[in-house]
Amino acid sequence: MELRIDDRRVFAATYGREPDPGRPTVLFVHGAAMDRTVWTLFGRYFVRHEHNAIAVDLPGHGRSEGPPLESIPAMADWVAALLDAAGIDSAFLVGHSMGSLAVLDAAARHPERARGIVLVGTSAPMPVTDALLDPARANERLALDLLTLWGHSARAHVGGFSVPGMWMTGGGLRLVERAAPGVLFADLDACNRYADGIERARAVRCPALLVLGERDSMTPARAVRDLEAALPVSRRLVIRHGGHQLMSERPNQVLDALAEFVG
Amino acid sequence: MPGPRYLGFDTLSLHAGQPPDPATGARAAPIYQSASFVFPDADHAAGLFNLERSGHVYSRLSNPTNAMLEERVAALEGGLGALAVASGQAALHLAVATIAGAGDHLVASRSLYGGSHNLLEYTLPRFGIETTFVDPRDARAFRAAIRPTTRLLFGETVGNPGCEVLDIPAIAEVAHEAGLPLLVDNTFATPWLCRPIELGADLVYHSATKFLSGHGVVIGGVLVDGGRFDWDASGRFPTLSEPHDGFHGLTYTEEFGPAAFITRARREGLRDFGACMAPTTAFYVLQGLETLSIRMDRHVANTREVVAFLEGHDAVEWVSYPEAKGHPDRELASRLLPKGAGAVFSFGVRGGRAAGQRFIERLEVFSHLANVGDAKSLVIHPASTTHHRMDAEALAAAGISEGLIRLSVGIEDPADLTADLGRALRASQR
Ligand SMILES: Cc1ncc(COP(=O)(O)O)c(C=O)c1O
Repeated sequence: MELRIDDRRVFAATYGREPDPGRPTVLFVHGAAMDRTVWTLFGRYFVRHEHNAIAVDLPGHGRSEGPPLESIPAMADWVAALLDAAGIDSAFLVGHSMGSLAVLDAAARHPERARGIVLVGTSAPMPVTDALLDPARANERLALDLLTLWGHSARAHVGGFSVPGMWMTGGGLRLVERAAPGVLFADLDACNRYADGIERARAVRCPALLVLGERDSMTPARAVRDLEAALPVSRRLVIRHGGHQLMSERPNQVLDALAEFVG
Repeated sequence: MPGPRYLGFDTLSLHAGQPPDPATGARAAPIYQSASFVFPDADHAAGLFNLERSGHVYSRLSNPTNAMLEERVAALEGGLGALAVASGQAALHLAVATIAGAGDHLVASRSLYGGSHNLLEYTLPRFGIETTFVDPRDARAFRAAIRPTTRLLFGETVGNPGCEVLDIPAIAEVAHEAGLPLLVDNTFATPWLCRPIELGADLVYHSATKFLSGHGVVIGGVLVDGGRFDWDASGRFPTLSEPHDGFHGLTYTEEFGPAAFITRARREGLRDFGACMAPTTAFYVLQGLETLSIRMDRHVANTREVVAFLEGHDAVEWVSYPEAKGHPDRELASRLLPKGAGAVFSFGVRGGRAAGQRFIERLEVFSHLANVGDAKSLVIHPASTTHHRMDAEALAAAGISEGLIRLSVGIEDPADLTADLGRALRASQR
């Protein structure tokens, strides 16, 4: 689906069916330097189950025109604008990593738009080490490697992917290689600067589901606990041995959790 | 403290794609000898067919043992995914058929394995796909042969029979300037000696019959997707960038991004053409891969000894190995194949067809047969076997002289190999 927001071309995958305002909607927001394609299995499921599924390419990502948005609140406002452009009142908002912060912020500041939020591979705050920020700022290859190395659990580095024949870390790397120069840094910088997560979490009124990787080295455990405590109504699923890239590491488990939450 | 790093090649050779079996804890790769897999419930079944659920349905489409092999070869080649298929020929066909159809055109090296040449020269034209063959050493010839209907450039890392080394970075540049992908047959080099995707290739395939399995026990192929080619930007690949009627209007680039090619190759090519690999075959190839680097290093070391021996022998007219004196690709090989140029090469016996035949019949350690890439040393004399119907002139046109002998050097004691060759060379000159 192609839309225009702020006079820029925006793309979102809708899995063969344009959104219908009469159906419940699940909207997916990807993480740093990624795009809509991380959500394909999940989007296809919801469309077959009589939902609208919209997996966005944030500005400057995938097929959406740049530049990338500069802050998490800007992404949250953009998500609300996208729902407007698609003619959808409210949706289950699902986000991964940076996308989870965008979804959290959107649910707090646009409460009428969020029927529920799912935060995958999340924490608040979401500090980013200089060891990653510096090479990202310089558009160095090292940043993509670190993202891939740290983003996957030790198990994922061995493989055994449930999607037949796909080499998980290779696929993850190819996806972030596609990001234009500057995009990864803009995204990581937005995560690193976002200080309002806990306060926003207290303002969320809809139910929240946290999907966490037991061995996620990108999201500090303490920052997950504080976030969970601040959310009024929340549930959590901790995926054993899981890392940060849970949609590729454990797609079936993530899908089961999503399907149950959305209902 | 050392920085974070990916698992190394030898670790991937042993482990990639194969954690301990989740069902039983088996440490070796279990052979999932089952045609189909039970659905937990009807909705899950529908989800598997609709690409929402990951898992296995039917072993023509995917199988857990095959998937281990696919992941492992993808990891070793630096790709994002792979498909295990029935043979090297099936891999080449699948690569072509996934992105080309009637009216389309390919540009290929003219120094190809004979079976690949047959497929492109005689068989694919029956289905409307034409190929122009060019000198693999001439990047400009590749460029000049590209037409508006061209869909793919293709060559072998090390060619047949002259051991032409493909300048993968240069040919990839020609391909990418034209918005086309480069396919490389990496059978002779294996990922231990050359990783074409790192050099710019987009798709790689193997006859797993050869060094990957390494023991001459199976026929198999693997096709690897590098995942870097931008099919949308090129605009020449409607099978990937437009809805696929054969899969409910799925647009592969839209939903699978970098994995568009390999996803369509499985969902269409494996499903419809059906050239799948048997899971037992996948097991043998996995077993072979565990020792890939060790075997290849030994293959190369033995080859170097054999080449040196032949270069100093009176009954030998010439030796064509990329590392040998006077080979036109010596410098290129030292850049692209620094660990060695493989173990398959040819040389000329003085005395032509009759001498070649006497030579081959006196070998005892080398086995006279039609294959390469076995742990055992192999030999063939095309003029008295595969090409026996051709006269000297026709042979020359195919780049083969009457005294040409092709060796595939194994991992035996090298002194026994040179002794065997020496004995047979003496006999050939009587
Ligand atoms: C370089 C090369 N490519 C492809 C093939 C075809 O492989 P298969 O015999 O497994 O179909 C061969 C077989 O000899 C080969 O040597």
